[in-house]
Amino acid sequence: MPRNRIRIALFAAVLAFASIGCKPKPVASSTPPPPPPPAPEQPKPAAMVRSFEVEPSSISAGQSATLTWAVENATSVSISGVGSVQASGSRSVNPSTTTTYRLTANAPGGNAERSVTLTVRPAPPAERPAPPAVKVTQSFADMVRAQLTDVYFDYDKSDVRDDARSTLNRNAEAIRAIFSAHPNGILTIEGHCDERGSAEYNLGLGDRRATATKEYLVNLGVPGDKLKVISYGNEKPTCTESNEDCWQRNRRAHFSAN
Amino acid sequence: MNRRNALLTLSSLAALPAAAQNSDIIGRIAGGDMPTIALPELRGGGEAAAWMTLFNQTLFDEIFSSGVLKVSPRSFYPRQFPQQPQDFRQPPAGVSGGGLWLSDWAAEPVAAGWLATGYSVMQNGKLVFFGWLFDTSQNTVAGAQAFGKVYTGALDEAGTRKVAREFAADILARFGAKSLLGSQIYFISNRSGSKELWVMDYDGKQQRQLTRYGSIVTTPTLSRDNSRIALTTFLRGNPGITILTADSARQLTFLNPTSSVVTTPEFTPDGKQLLLSTKVGSGFPNIFVANADGSGLNRVTTARAVEVEPRINPKNSSEVVFISGRSGTGQLYKMNIDGTSVERLTDGTGQVANPCWHPDGKFVAFSWTRGFEPGNFNIFVMEIGSRKYWQLTQGAGRNQNPVWAPDGRHLAFGSRRGSSTQIWTMLADGTELKQLTDAGSNEMPVWSH
Repeated sequence: MPRNRIRIALFAAVLAFASIGCKPKPVASSTPPPPPPPAPEQPKPAAMVRSFEVEPSSISAGQSATLTWAVENATSVSISGVGSVQASGSRSVNPSTTTTYRLTANAPGGNAERSVTLTVRPAPPAERPAPPAVKVTQSFADMVRAQLTDVYFDYDKSDVRDDARSTLNRNAEAIRAIFSAHPNGILTIEGHCDERGSAEYNLGLGDRRATATKEYLVNLGVPGDKLKVISYGNEKPTCTESNEDCWQRNRRAHFSAN
Repeated sequence: MNRRNALLTLSSLAALPAAAQNSDIIGRIAGGDMPTIALPELRGGGEAAAWMTLFNQTLFDEIFSSGVLKVSPRSFYPRQFPQQPQDFRQPPAGVSGGGLWLSDWAAEPVAAGWLATGYSVMQNGKLVFFGWLFDTSQNTVAGAQAFGKVYTGALDEAGTRKVAREFAADILARFGAKSLLGSQIYFISNRSGSKELWVMDYDGKQQRQLTRYGSIVTTPTLSRDNSRIALTTFLRGNPGITILTADSARQLTFLNPTSSVVTTPEFTPDGKQLLLSTKVGSGFPNIFVANADGSGLNRVTTARAVEVEPRINPKNSSEVVFISGRSGTGQLYKMNIDGTSVERLTDGTGQVANPCWHPDGKFVAFSWTRGFEPGNFNIFVMEIGSRKYWQLTQGAGRNQNPVWAPDGRHLAFGSRRGSSTQIWTMLADGTELKQLTDAGSNEMPVWSH
């Protein structure tokens, strides 16, 4: 269609020229030879867009896509949002929202345009940044084993002793670090007793020791819903000798990841 | 004051005021003087003769260790004795029958109110024993005969023991003793590698495993009708109660309360409810009551102390003894089943554990460290009405978990006399000790009712 229009325009121009040439002139005594007909005017070429694409056509925010184009016969080429460009080339773009790029090719013989649209999807929620200081290289169980120390009790007692207080103050710090590395971890506090009380009473006493330990930690700000208590009474001794050294080692609250 | 008197004074001062001599505990339990029986050495004919030494020893042991009858010393017996009713010969008045008349056994020095006699023969390859019991206070043989019965067994060691035990059981039944024959002892053993529930015959025979949880099983108890066992297991992580059928260890429904510890169950005599120790709403395990399926949990005691091992009087189901730390170390307490009228029964010394009611509801056996270092428990029996108590073991090993036999005369208990704990039985005066187990470590016996 534009091509027909150009053709009609050319024809009209030729007619106009011919009618001018037909204007009556004063008659000369001798008739000069007619001027040579004007050289037929070369038709000016129109700009032509051979290709204009974006790849990929859909991205997530923050990602980039590549515009690729090729234009012929143009004297100038520009892309909206990008500016003047060469007749062919490619350019990386990373808009934050869906954008339609318009390529305009100008030429004396006619301009040309083409558009492509790059769809931009909203970005997924940002990844939780890893805690800067703690590098998660150890499992929850490993950290519990390596960083938490047993606390010890007097015979038939569940009061937290002075030496147990300082141990628990250190444990509370470690527990906070462990929970920040393993937010889903549940810490078990096991209550144990030496062999001397009755097995029946010791099931209750072990529960008291584990509970007293938990309460002390909760008072230091450790979240109580992440602490579980279990009493083993005297059913799981760490040693079996019948002497005070072994008895003391069994009168304890022990931390486990189970 | 001379040296001898000083020693006497010291020893009487050292004596425990409420502790009593053990020789009277059996009589106390029996509620009076025990009857005396004469047990002459019975004879057998033919091939049966060879087994009569074993027969007489077994019969004597069963009667002597029953705690129901005293056996008159054999050295006082007349030369002859009637082997069957036809052998009695009534002498003229004032003359001795030489053993062939009732009064010969009733009079001093034998002084036996009862005479057990009989004889055995071999019939069709079997040992056949004809046994009688006579009341020596009577004037006629017919009036004196309490029973006469025929017993049959294989002509071997097992058959001989069986026949002797059955005769003994029939004699003892006349005096209100419940036979131990057929009774069973449940216990906890680690011989398979983990603590599991086991059961054996009352004499230690036929030991067999009932549970295979590979976990920890502890504090077993048996319903009054012997049909169900409740115990503490770690199957759900924390200590909780599991209920099993006694014959096949099939698990029954029990919904544990939401608590870090649920333990030391006890069936009510009607079997419809359980007393137990758990921690609900406060930091201390206290005594609660629940339905047999775990529903309807209700608090019984309220104390800032560990309270475990509720035990209900079999003759008065409103009376409960239990262990509480409310005065410090665990002690024996008594209360009504609704938690009222709490009263301490032991004097606050040492640690008390493991109360078990005697079938008559008047005595409680328990373990106590009184007079010993912590952990060195001995077996005691207390008459609840008078608070009078007897110490049955005297520091040999660590003795715990006494439970009464159905005859009310024997106790089973766990004793560590060496590197492992084993199940023992004894008469209620601390004599007649017998070790029933030896494989692995064995504890917490429960004698069927």
